[in-house]
Amino acid sequence: MAVPTIDAPRSGRVSPQYKRTGTSKGNFEMLAWLFMRVSGIVLVVLIFVHLWLNLIDGDGIKGIDFGFVAGKWADPVWQIWDLVMLWLAMLHGTNGVRTIINDYAEKDSTRFWLKSVLYSATVVIIVLGTLVIFTFDPCPVIDGVAHVADYCPAP
Amino acid sequence: MSKTPAGTLYRGREGMWSWVAHRITGVVIFFFLLVHVLDTSLVRVSPEAYDAVIGSYKNPIMGLGELGLVGAIVFHAFNGLRVILIDFWKKGPKYQRQMLWGVVGLWLVTMIAFSIRHLAVVFGG
Ligand code: HEM
Ligand code: HEM
Repeated sequence: MAVPTIDAPRSGRVSPQYKRTGTSKGNFEMLAWLFMRVSGIVLVVLIFVHLWLNLIDGDGIKGIDFGFVAGKWADPVWQIWDLVMLWLAMLHGTNGVRTIINDYAEKDSTRFWLKSVLYSATVVIIVLGTLVIFTFDPCPVIDGVAHVADYCPAP
Repeated sequence: MSKTPAGTLYRGREGMWSWVAHRITGVVIFFFLLVHVLDTSLVRVSPEAYDAVIGSYKNPIMGLGELGLVGAIVFHAFNGLRVILIDFWKKGPKYQRQMLWGVVGLWLVTMIAFSIRHLAVVFGG
């Protein structure tokens, strides 16, 4: 069998029925394409180590509780790890879902609303996740009651 | 001329189905991540709230769900690397089919090893 030849991907001109915007967006789509690949490579490392530590190492998933999270976030390495993982995974996932919306939603207004919901969710999750990592308190005092754990000062 | 050109990367056969699977797994992981950040944020409510919700996940049904999630991520990750090789490696497009079988093989090995460990944790005493 002859080796199939693969045409160069469409670049520049896109036939009108696939055009999703009238104006040129400069290099944005190319940068988004590149970002998917660069972030993907980094995410493999970040996520595989995350899954190893939380599902395989130690007691596996049974070992996860508040104390486990406190133990990890006591170390700035895992704070930064989770922070980068949060941002990259959310931006990569958001851009991927944006592509999918562009592919399937044909009406301008439908695309607008779907993307508005998407971007709102992305902002909320990134802000929330970032705040959680940096405002985390391993020994919180709630309604005057101090959390009891062997790593917390005795009340 | 035939209506379905042979040898495109994304139309028909392995190239298309791996793309469909990549798309579905990507969306699944994205929605998981939204929920995952929300439940992790319970550590800022109280240790009890976090432990209660995480504790409610510790049952065989969620255990199987975690298996499915990891299966989705491992496929998306390996196939994502394949897509990157197709785009940047000179011989990538020529070997895309062979690389897909590589992805499937690595996925099987990873998932068998992971299942042994994870199911022992979930179903073991
Ligand atoms: C079933 C599999 C998973 C389990 C059991 C799990 C468990 C956890 C736990 C216990 C934490 C708290 C901090 C830490 O341990 O680092 C956490 C945080 C986090 N996980 Fe996972 N995880 C899983 C899968 C994933 C996946 C697939 C992703 C990426 C797509 C991910 C992304 C994150 C992020 C971004 C944070 C930080 C959240 C924040 O900023 O509040 N996790 N995870
Ligand atoms: C584990 C490391 C990962 C790698 C190597 C990876 C790789 C890739 C690549 C290369 C693409 C572009 C495919 C194309 O242009 O045809 C892509 C698309 C996508 N990824 Fe990932 N990714 C990873 C993790 C994630 C995570 C954590 C999420 C969710 C939060 C995600 C969601 C998506 C989505 C929704 C798409 C769009 C699919 C499409 O357009 O059909 N990926 N991924």
